Amino acid sequence: MPDKPDRNAIEVVNVSKIFGSGEGQVAALDTVSVSIRENEFFTLLGPSGCGKTTLLRLIAGFDFPTAGEILLYGQDIAPLPPFKRPVNTVFQSYALFPHMTVADNIGFGLEMLGKPKDQIKARVAEMLKLVKMEALAGRRTSQISGGQQQRVALARALAPQPKVLLLDEPLSALDYKLRKEMQIELKRLQHETGITFIFVTHDQEEALTMSDRIAVMSSGKILQVGSPRDIYDRPAERFVADFIGESNFLKADMVGVSGGRATVKLSSGVEIPATLPEGFNPNGKVTIVVRPEHAQLSAAGPAASLSGTVENIVYLGTDTHFHLRLAGGEAFIVRRQNSRGASDGIVQGGQVGLLIGNDAAQVLKD
Amino acid sequence: MASNFSIKHQPGFTAIAATCFIVLYLPIFVLVIYAFNAATSTSEWGGFSLKWFQSAWQNTQVIDATLLSFQLGAIAALLSTVFATMAALATTRTASYPGLTFKYAAINQPLMVPEIVTGVALLIFFSRIKIFTGYSGLGYLIAAHTAFCIPFAYLPIRARLENMDLTLERAAADLYATPWKTFRRITLPLLWPGILAGLMLAFVISLDDVVITEFVKSGGQDTLPTYMLGQIRRGITPEINAISTAFLLLSVVIVTLFFFISRKRD
Repeated sequence: MPDKPDRNAIEVVNVSKIFGSGEGQVAALDTVSVSIRENEFFTLLGPSGCGKTTLLRLIAGFDFPTAGEILLYGQDIAPLPPFKRPVNTVFQSYALFPHMTVADNIGFGLEMLGKPKDQIKARVAEMLKLVKMEALAGRRTSQISGGQQQRVALARALAPQPKVLLLDEPLSALDYKLRKEMQIELKRLQHETGITFIFVTHDQEEALTMSDRIAVMSSGKILQVGSPRDIYDRPAERFVADFIGESNFLKADMVGVSGGRATVKLSSGVEIPATLPEGFNPNGKVTIVVRPEHAQLSAAGPAASLSGTVENIVYLGTDTHFHLRLAGGEAFIVRRQNSRGASDGIVQGGQVGLLIGNDAAQVLKD
Repeated sequence: MASNFSIKHQPGFTAIAATCFIVLYLPIFVLVIYAFNAATSTSEWGGFSLKWFQSAWQNTQVIDATLLSFQLGAIAALLSTVFATMAALATTRTASYPGLTFKYAAINQPLMVPEIVTGVALLIFFSRIKIFTGYSGLGYLIAAHTAFCIPFAYLPIRARLENMDLTLERAAADLYATPWKTFRRITLPLLWPGILAGLMLAFVISLDDVVITEFVKSGGQDTLPTYMLGQIRRGITPEINAISTAFLLLSVVIVTLFFFISRKRD
């Protein structure tokens, strides 16, 4: 990993975007603030309609915020038109110019910046090489495949060396295998160019694999910002836990807090430690989340955190899912990696104990 | 829906279709045949000859009228296409707003108002201007033709613009192109087939007009159609057939070109 100095490339400060007026008005973004660091692969993740694309469009300049500031290295760019922002976009539909060749597409930005011809030519050659498209420089964009168009769109956006590259679900039109390849390719490009990437997606797996940090969005708000591991292991809200990966939700009572960690009492009366979202100090009833692979099965008995009945066993090759019904009535899934060897005697309909380890539970804000 | 229903197999359909085509094409066919008549009649065949084409070719009035038609058509087509392009850009590159439909209607006014009404209105209007200014040149005809050609030029240009992906213009702006450069480098090249189609359609429409031209023209400003109309009043010779045939050929060529250009994709 290269050094990531804590310098912000983009700062979004209290940005709101309201569409429509009067009764029919909709807040696509509601007082959103987020900082994106230099050289970072930053992902805006959320379901459709969460405001992620709106935020990207505001940074690109295709739309203007109703309120708030967007700073690019400290300068407010929110009022600038797109052609005055050193920010380039890779569009979901690629938007390659159909009447130009691959090379002319890639050189377009530099040409508009008024760069000398030989410099453009050299840079275009360099970009063609970077995305491995040298052989197709003279082709029309309608004569190349979807994956190749994707590469041209990337090269075109990277050629003017933008301060920030915006990517609007660029992989969604590709088939599965190509998408996997492009994920790795994008990481490589980001690494080699050192340009800050802001990537928009609704695909949690894509976000987890590629990002340095992820912002999870819902209904025009950013719910949580953190590394993929933070987001996965320590989701702050139920929506985040639910949207990313599989989750078990349990009701519990707060017992106490010490050193930023909580102790909660489960429905069985057993007390377990749990981590708290930053700055959150609840009392009384709370919901905790436990990932299916963070809990273990054991023999039923007093040593277990909880107990329940095995309702279903789903064998998936690499691992097995045990669907439990807990004594308190809640459903709970345990995922266990398979190994070769004798069966452990857990059968459908049997009673089992459930162990929730010291670092497995997370208290949610709601 | 009955998928095996075919209108072709309804009783009488073939007869109706055949009648329609005969009514449409037979008169034109007869007109073309008699253009090659050696006799001085448009109904009695006197052998094959090209003499009426020759005589039309040497008729200075025909030549003058043809030249005027072309001149007028070219200028009106150019001007109306420029206006139509601007109108099409203004009415498609915008979010819908109250009054937009009214603007469409206003642009297409010449398609809805009967030509004779426009003709009379222009006659009265221009005669006032003539009295005040003393000017009686080609300007009146150019203005009138430009106005009624605009909707015809507008339609193919607007159709082309509506099919054009707005993201392309956004991508150009994202790549540092100013609005003018975006128009020059992206919108205009992609719009070009629509503009050419509009230009040709406008030219044909101008070339063909009789009613408005008849009312607006000053003395000695005969276009080919108004000249032909004048000649017919004095009795028809196959020379008119010959001129019509040449005119027909020209229109067919232009309309065919229009068809291919407007079908061309990127």
